[in-house]
Amino acid sequence: MSDNTVTAGTATGVGPVEGSSVYSVDNPAPLIEPPRKRTKKSPKSTRGNFEMYGWLFMRLSGVVLVVLVLGHLLIQLVLDGGVSKIGFAFVAGRWASPFWQVWDLLMLWLAMLHGANGLRTVINDYAERPNTRLWLKGLLYTATVFTILLGTLVIFTFDPNIR
Amino acid sequence: MPAGTLYRGREGMWSWVAHRVTGVLIFFFLFVHVLDTALVRVSPEAYDKVVATYKSPIVALLEYGLVAAILFHALNGLRVIAVDFWIKGARYQKQMLWSVVVLWIVLMLGAIYPVLGHAARELFGS
Repeated sequence: MSDNTVTAGTATGVGPVEGSSVYSVDNPAPLIEPPRKRTKKSPKSTRGNFEMYGWLFMRLSGVVLVVLVLGHLLIQLVLDGGVSKIGFAFVAGRWASPFWQVWDLLMLWLAMLHGANGLRTVINDYAERPNTRLWLKGLLYTATVFTILLGTLVIFTFDPNIR
Repeated sequence: MPAGTLYRGREGMWSWVAHRVTGVLIFFFLFVHVLDTALVRVSPEAYDKVVATYKSPIVALLEYGLVAAILFHALNGLRVIAVDFWIKGARYQKQMLWSVVVLWIVLMLGAIYPVLGHAARELFGS
């Protein structure tokens, strides 16, 4: 076998990959540049790690939401007669406590952001025309901001003596 | 299977489809739910009037569907986290899905009386 030729196999059936290297200290292998290596020519700014943080947020908020939402369902739909007990007086009783205010506030923010990011993914997957994507996401972000702000305002400005 | 599709069927794909569908449904419900709760800032009467419609038998059935969607999304979400972060998660994804389904059925059976009980009393008398 000559120094620079890689033959397809030898008599023993051992190819150049499995067998001893055709390269040595005196005959080093050529350096192959990694295909996506950042060089001086590649753009300075990248898109950052937004999608990775979005992925992580879905998992972290998901774990917290399992506790918050299942607890919420247990209280609202299962205990003390289920949905039949719910009314203004019941809401007033619960929001008298800062604990439940914080619970509901956290649930509102996490659930809305978790859901909005989920729907963003769905839009990205199925809406193909750039205009459709733009409008659907515009609608999604508007509804999300509106709902989060409205819910937050209601929790903080709730007045049990409104009448 | 049609040529050129990325969809592979079986447990992996169908749990993903169910996770998507339930997620979208829950998000739309959440939007409505924040709006109805916001009525406590309008007047106690406005809030109680809307919540009264939630106590009808038909809406009780929808509530049961909502519980079904939330429970599946929550349990399967924990499975997705296990697949991503547990070193053996991907290997046991099918077993975890069937555990999710069994747990989901048990919880749904347990939710029948609390969620649908008042509707049954209203329909058939107590």
